[in-house]
Amino acid sequence: MNRVAWLRYFIVTGFIVFLEVLCRTGIIPATVMIPPTSMAAHLWALLASGRVTPDIIETIGNVIAAFLLSVTLGFALGAVIHSFPRLRRAIDPFLATYYALPFFAFYPLFIVLFGLGRPPIIAIGFLFGVVAMIIATLNGFDRIPRALLKTAAVYRMDPLSTALRIKLPSAAPYLFTGVKLAVAYSFIGVIAGEFIMSSSGLGYSIAYAFNNFDNKTMYALMLFVIVLVTAVNAFFYVWEQRLLARRGR
Amino acid sequence: MRRAFDTILLVAVALVIWQAIHLLAPSALTSPLGTARRAAELLGTATFWPHVAETLKAFLYALILAFTGGLLLGLLLGLNKTGAKVADPILVSIYSLPKVTLYPVILLIFGLGMSAKVAFGTIHGIIPIAIFAMNSVRNLAPVYLKTARVLHLSKAETLRTVVIPAAIPEIVSGLRIGFSLTLLGVLIGEMFASQRGLGYMIMNAIGLHDVPTMMAVILMLAVFAVAANAVLLWLDQRLHRRIT
Repeated sequence: MNRVAWLRYFIVTGFIVFLEVLCRTGIIPATVMIPPTSMAAHLWALLASGRVTPDIIETIGNVIAAFLLSVTLGFALGAVIHSFPRLRRAIDPFLATYYALPFFAFYPLFIVLFGLGRPPIIAIGFLFGVVAMIIATLNGFDRIPRALLKTAAVYRMDPLSTALRIKLPSAAPYLFTGVKLAVAYSFIGVIAGEFIMSSSGLGYSIAYAFNNFDNKTMYALMLFVIVLVTAVNAFFYVWEQRLLARRGR
Repeated sequence: MRRAFDTILLVAVALVIWQAIHLLAPSALTSPLGTARRAAELLGTATFWPHVAETLKAFLYALILAFTGGLLLGLLLGLNKTGAKVADPILVSIYSLPKVTLYPVILLIFGLGMSAKVAFGTIHGIIPIAIFAMNSVRNLAPVYLKTARVLHLSKAETLRTVVIPAAIPEIVSGLRIGFSLTLLGVLIGEMFASQRGLGYMIMNAIGLHDVPTMMAVILMLAVFAVAANAVLLWLDQRLHRRIT
């Protein structure tokens, strides 16, 4: 373990201890936040009781579906848009603005289009994730050094091997950023969708606990979401570091 | 000229798709024309404007907080190698948390009203701006910094003549994303716990199955966001072109 990782653990642990002290001494009243240790204890009890297991499975399934859809379609759309510079220039401002729109408002529309239940939530997660992937793909293809493309032309490489040997490796770090964002946005979209609109899933359970002044369950589930998302991110982060290390950066 | 034509073409295609979905599900989506008509109607209503003012005010406060906080945090971390390494995964995890789940906490801390909305908008915007600013400084081509060292530039000169000019395109990209997310944050904040503002209007319209009003408000928000972003994007592209 190196110094950077230790520092990081130190900061995160310090923050948690700080919260714990603030809660235990009553500086943050119990009606606002419960101490992190009791969040963990409640979470443990909740998981052991199995009450939230169906919600957890449902939410994770939705996230995975939204993530896979956004990465594949996002990459494909990004590649198509990139090969038509005119379309790209026209579409750019719309892509950049996309995330300012509250798509949750379209939930009623998705219910009409996809029926009740999970598909509309997956659709919201997908809508959140796909544009991040499109933007990352465009960025990646933009950053391919022109010298490399010229080299490919000089060697008379066919489009396929140019794509596989020059374009993909050069764009890979940016594509990976897109994948990371797609995971994050799928989580955000799915959980936010459940929070606002759905009647099952983790997001819904948190909203339900909030509306019933059930702070213990609410904080336990929040902790679960935070730990889950952080673990998934940490996984991708370590993977990315490995890839970058192999590329000699 | 051709660019304007392309944009118009794209908008036209989008309108056709919109109209097609409307024909598919008339009760869920108002037609483009109906939405525009409702929007015009709303613009002429006196009770509509206080909502706009409320949202704009919250958005402006949140934007100022997110821009200054995010840039300061990002540049400071970016210039410090260890700091950036330590902070990067932490910032990215915070960025990717579904912040809606934290909204109850913000409500419990700030109470209902303006400050909760501003806080919620700010936490949406500040992290991406910080991440972009930090990475723009970190990812500078090593050659630039080596050249600066070879030329014996002082720290301040390096910052002014090398780091900031090279990093500014990425910083502007970050500001663009921060802008969008801050607006989203403010709107989501209004959708859940507010009695005023455009987000509240949308939520209220959904509750009353008043689809035309919902669509009209979203359309106006979209037009506002696209217009503001077009300006930022224009700036962005000019800056990127200057570099390469």
